[in-house]
Amino acid sequence: MVSWFQKNLQKSMLAVSVLLLAGSVNVNAEVAAPVVPKGKGEQCVEPTGEMRKNHMEMLKHQRDETMHNGIRTKKHALKECISCHVQADDKGQVARFGEDGHFCSSCHNYAGVNVDCFQCHADRPQELIGKGHKIKPHHTANFNDASVNKEALQALSKVSK
Amino acid sequence: MKTDNTTDTSKRKFLGGAAAVAGITIAPGVLLQTVQAKPDDQAVSNKVRWGMLIDTNKCADGCTDCVTACNSEHGLAGHDRPETDTQYIRKVTLKDKQTGHVKTLPVMCQHCETAPCADVCPTGASFKREDGIVLVDKHICIGCRYCMMACPYKARSFVHEDVYDQKDHTPRGKGTVESCTMCVHKVDKGENPACVTACNKEHKAMYFGDLNDANSEISKRLKEHGGKQIRADLGLNPGVRYQGV
Ligand code: SF4
Ligand code: SF4
Repeated sequence: MVSWFQKNLQKSMLAVSVLLLAGSVNVNAEVAAPVVPKGKGEQCVEPTGEMRKNHMEMLKHQRDETMHNGIRTKKHALKECISCHVQADDKGQVARFGEDGHFCSSCHNYAGVNVDCFQCHADRPQELIGKGHKIKPHHTANFNDASVNKEALQALSKVSK
Repeated sequence: MKTDNTTDTSKRKFLGGAAAVAGITIAPGVLLQTVQAKPDDQAVSNKVRWGMLIDTNKCADGCTDCVTACNSEHGLAGHDRPETDTQYIRKVTLKDKQTGHVKTLPVMCQHCETAPCADVCPTGASFKREDGIVLVDKHICIGCRYCMMACPYKARSFVHEDVYDQKDHTPRGKGTVESCTMCVHKVDKGENPACVTACNKEHKAMYFGDLNDANSEISKRLKEHGGKQIRADLGLNPGVRYQGV
């Protein structure tokens, strides 16, 4: 038996969720479609639709093959994706992963899907390292850069004093 | 028929000869490449067992060329915290208390055949490739650090800080364990590990090659002069061997 209280609670919760749904529809309507930065090449290794849907499967398959079996074919390698898709803008700046201007983030930010790839992998081609922001806005300093490292450590020690 | 046979044999001999002389020599005694490149689409196999030989009699006191080369190859930068900074390779100094004789030698992951790190790893992240190279699959590693405790050679490091702008051949990030990869990205291309290349410039104390191939330089040297395993008593059959210790 459902009590009077529970019945009313269900009703009010339903009302709230309808409101929320309506709200989210409104919000979505205001968000512009992602602007995906142009790559270097003419054509991707697979048709665009296929890449949109299945890039994660291809990357994961390739990752295991490379890591465990030493297969180093280039077609579905993350390194190659990055080297084509991540380019400097007109001002010579290269967006970090996490910023809308980064190829991967442009869609991932829009879709609200977070990925861990760039906690370990470089988010830009090797030749573009050092161009663009050194410090991630919401993160600690770039400890690979000796000068930033020292500044950051000094700042930290000042705070703790 | 007979002519056909002769042609066949000579062709085979020619190919065999070409394969045997895989090293490219530019001047007598200068070996650029000692291993053969593996085709990109070919999986590694257990026909090969990569190993290293270190002649400690040639290893110079105070020289850190191998360590420097390793750090720059893999983009390892320290934070002035020697206790926790990542190191793939380090120089160890041994002193004979009786004679006062001092010896230095590089120590890195010994790429054990029966690797304790892989044995204890709860996720399967620590593993040995078919060709004997022991690696951490950081996609799976949960950073529990059991492997660090299990390794008798203190070869592993834990990444404590965020890392950016990594080398594209050495992805590394906070919360995972790492160690010497024997420069697997170079080995797969048929090149020597960075430390070996650096050492060969001056002191020539390090050799890299296939322990399974009786004709490789490393096997020949081991056959002629022998080579010790560090802590052979543990029975791990490491791929790194030392002479003069
Ligand atoms: S030396 Fe340590 S890290 Fe390397 S294979 Fe042996 S146990 Fe594992
Ligand atoms: S730290 Fe990672 S590699 Fe080491 S034992 Fe734990 S899961 Fe395995």
